[in-house]
Amino acid sequence: MRRNLAIVPAFNEADSIAPTVAAIYQWAPDFDVLVVDDGSTDATAHRASKAGATVLRMPFNLGIGGAMQGGYIYALEHDYEVAVQVDGDGQHDPRHIYELLDHLREDPELNMVTGSRFLASSGQGFQSSAARRAGIRIFSSLVSLITGQRVTDPTSGFRMTNRRGIELFARDYPHDYPEVEAILLIHAHRLRSCEIPVLMQPRLTGASAISSTQSVYYMVKVLLAVFVGLFRRRPIEAGDRPAMAVEHAL
Amino acid sequence: MTKITLQRGLAIAVTLGLLLLVFELVRRKRLSERYAILWLVAATTLFVLAVWKGLLTSLSHDVGISYPPSALFAVAIGLIAMILLHFSLAVSRLSDQNKVLAQRLGLLAQRLEKAEERSADARAAPVPGKRSALPDHSEAEAEAPVPAQELSTRR
Repeated sequence: MRRNLAIVPAFNEADSIAPTVAAIYQWAPDFDVLVVDDGSTDATAHRASKAGATVLRMPFNLGIGGAMQGGYIYALEHDYEVAVQVDGDGQHDPRHIYELLDHLREDPELNMVTGSRFLASSGQGFQSSAARRAGIRIFSSLVSLITGQRVTDPTSGFRMTNRRGIELFARDYPHDYPEVEAILLIHAHRLRSCEIPVLMQPRLTGASAISSTQSVYYMVKVLLAVFVGLFRRRPIEAGDRPAMAVEHAL
Repeated sequence: MTKITLQRGLAIAVTLGLLLLVFELVRRKRLSERYAILWLVAATTLFVLAVWKGLLTSLSHDVGISYPPSALFAVAIGLIAMILLHFSLAVSRLSDQNKVLAQRLGLLAQRLEKAEERSADARAAPVPGKRSALPDHSEAEAEAPVPAQELSTRR
C-alpha cells in the first residue's frame, strides 16, 4: 500500500481534473490521488474517478478550507505518512512533487514544505497579477515577521506535510482562504516548515475562485485572523467541535 | 393612578405584546427555551421600564437623557445588539458543526462505495484465487499484520 497521498481539491473543474490526476500518476507514481469534489455541479467527480483517483464527494460546497480538511481527515484515517496538496486546475506542476518529498525526507525535523513561485529565478513561471502580488507581499512580510523566518509565498497551496502535519490539519484547519493561516498554525504548534522554488502554470480552464471583490474580503478576513491569532495564548483545539476524526482514528 | 399618555400606552402595549408572543412561541414549541430566554429578558426589561414611569425618568435623568422615551430606545437597542451577537455565535457554531457533518458524510459515502465495490467483486468472482481482486488489501495484510493485542484494545 502506498504511504503518500496527493489531495486535489476541485470545484467544477471537469475539464482540467482528468489531466491533473493523470499528471500526478505520471510524475509521482508513489502517490495515491484523492480528489475532494467540493460540491461540484458538473462532471468533476465522475471524470476524476475515471482517471483513477479516489473521490471524496462533499454534499455541498464547503469552501477550500473545509474540503482540504476533509482530505486531511481521509489521510489521517487511512494512515498516510505524507500528504501533498495539488490544485485541481493545473496550476501546480506535479513534476515538483518529488522535490517537495526529497526536502521533507532530507530533514526529519521538517513538517511542511511549500512550493514558492517567488523563489525561482526572477520572473519565471506564472506569477499572478500585479495587484495580487502586492497583496501577497503584504502577507509575506507579515508572516515572515511573526514566524521569524523568510516566507516568500504564503498564499501558495502547493504544500506537502508529514504525519504530524496531517494530524494537525485534520484536527484544525482554517475555513476559507486557509493558506496563510495554515503556516501560522504550523508555527503556533512549534512545527517547522520551509519553502522550495517551483514554477507555477496559469490555470488550464475556468476563472480563479477569487474575484476582485472577494480579494478585499480575502485581505480583511486573513488580516483579522492573523491579528486575532496573535492573542491566542495556546493554539486552540478547535473550540467545542467534537474532534471526530481524531477519536475515530484512535 | 397617574394619567397614561398615548406614548406610554403604546410602549406598554408593544412590549407586552412582544412578551406574550415569545411566551406563545415557546408554548407551541416553535421557539426553543435556549433562545427564548434572551428575548424574554429583553421584553420584560422593556415592559418594566414602560410601566414603571418613575424608574425610566430617574434612569434617563441619571445618564443625562432629557427625553425619557429615548432612554427606552437606548435600552432596547442595547438588548437587541446582545441578542444579535448571540445569534452570530449560534450561526458560527452551527456552520462549524455543519462542516464537520459534511466532511463525515463525504468520508462515509466513499467508504460505503468502496465496500460495495468489494462485495460486488467478491460476488462476481467467488473463486479461491479471488485475492488478486483485492491487491491493496492483501498486500497490506502481508506487509503489516495487525497484532491480536492491538485489535483487542481497539474494541
